[in-house]
Amino acid sequence: MAEPWEDDELEGPVRKFMYVNRRAPYGTIYALESLEVVLIAAAFEQDVTLVFMDDGVYQIKKEQNTEAIGVKNFSPTYRALEGYDVEKLYVERESLQSRGLTVEDLIVPVQIVDKDQLAELMEEQEVILSF
Amino acid sequence: MKLSVLVNEGPYQHQSADSAIQFTTAALKKGHEIFRVFFYHDGVNNGTRFAVPPKDDRNITEQWTALSKEYNLDLVICIAAAQRRGILDENEAKRQGKDGHNMADGFRISGLGQLIEAGIQSDRLVIFGD
Amino acid sequence: MPMLHTVNKSPFERRTLDTALRHAVKGAAILLIEDGVYAAFDGTVVAEKVKSALKDHKIYVLGPDVAARGMSEHHVIDGLQVVDYGGFVDLVVEYDKVQSWL
Repeated sequence: MAEPWEDDELEGPVRKFMYVNRRAPYGTIYALESLEVVLIAAAFEQDVTLVFMDDGVYQIKKEQNTEAIGVKNFSPTYRALEGYDVEKLYVERESLQSRGLTVEDLIVPVQIVDKDQLAELMEEQEVILSF
Repeated sequence: MKLSVLVNEGPYQHQSADSAIQFTTAALKKGHEIFRVFFYHDGVNNGTRFAVPPKDDRNITEQWTALSKEYNLDLVICIAAAQRRGILDENEAKRQGKDGHNMADGFRISGLGQLIEAGIQSDRLVIFGD
Repeated sequence: MPMLHTVNKSPFERRTLDTALRHAVKGAAILLIEDGVYAAFDGTVVAEKVKSALKDHKIYVLGPDVAARGMSEHHVIDGLQVVDYGGFVDLVVEYDKVQSWL
C-alpha cells in the first residue's frame, strides 16, 4: 500500500517515449549524446522504446574497436540499458538488410520489425525524440 | 496548447536555430504556451554571449534573450553538452575552476532531466536540428 | 489524428523524404521546411514521388523557406499547401505529435 504522501504528484504521468536512432556512431556525436538522453530518461520511469533504423543500426554493431581513432567506445553501454529497465529495443528489418547485417551482428538482443510495423509503433507513442 | 522546442544545432552553421526562433515566436503570438526551449548537442552554442556576428546579420543569441524577456521564456542549456563545448554560467565556471563564463542573459544551465520533463509536461515537442 | 512528419533535407542530396514517406501511415501529414522545400516543385525528378504521396498524405511546404531560396510558390506541385510559421504552429497543434526527420 502506498502511503498518502507517496501519491503520484511528484512522479507525474507516465508517457510513451520513443527514441529514434538514425545515425552512425563516431562520425558525429548524435549517437553518443542520444544514448546519454536515454540513460537520464530511465530515471523518470517513463514507458521507453528505442528504435534503431537507417544508419542507427550501426550503433549496436558488435566488435567496435575505437582504440586507433582516439575516441571512447560507448557500444558496451547499450548492453547496460537492460539494467535501467530499458528493454524495448526495436530494429527495422529493411535498415538491417540493406546494410548486409543480421541480428547476429548486433551487440544487444532486439526485436526486428518491418517498416509498416515501425510506422504503427511510432503512431502509438506520445513523445518522439529523433536523433 | 503547451508546446516545447528542442534545438539541436548551433546558430549560423545551420538554419535550425532560426527556424526554432520563428516557430517559437509564431506560437507565442498565437497565444500558445511555450513550456520550455531546450538546447542540446551543438545547440548549446545558442547561449554564448561572446558571439559577435557582423552588424548587418541577425544576432541569434540576442533574439533568444529578447524572446525570453518578452514572454518569460524558459531557455535551458543542457549541462553535459555545454561542458563539452565550453558554455558556462558563473556557477559552473566557479565549480570547474575556469576564469570566465559566457552564458547569455535569459538562458540557464540544467540537466537532461529538463528535456524529459518538457516531454512529459508538454502537449507537443518540436525538434529543430540537422 | 496521426502525426506530422517534418523533413528539412533536400531530396536531391539526402533520403530523408523517402524515409519519412516510408514511415508515414495513411492520413499522416508531411511538412517540408528548410532545404526540404526543394521537394515541393514541379518539373523535378522527385515531383512524381511527391504527387503519388498526395494520395495518402496532406503535404505542406513552408512559404518563408520557399521565398528565401528564390523558388516560386507558383511552381509548387498542385495539391501541396503553402503555410507560414503560424500555419506550421497550427499543424503542430492539429496533429497528435511531431516526428522531425533530421
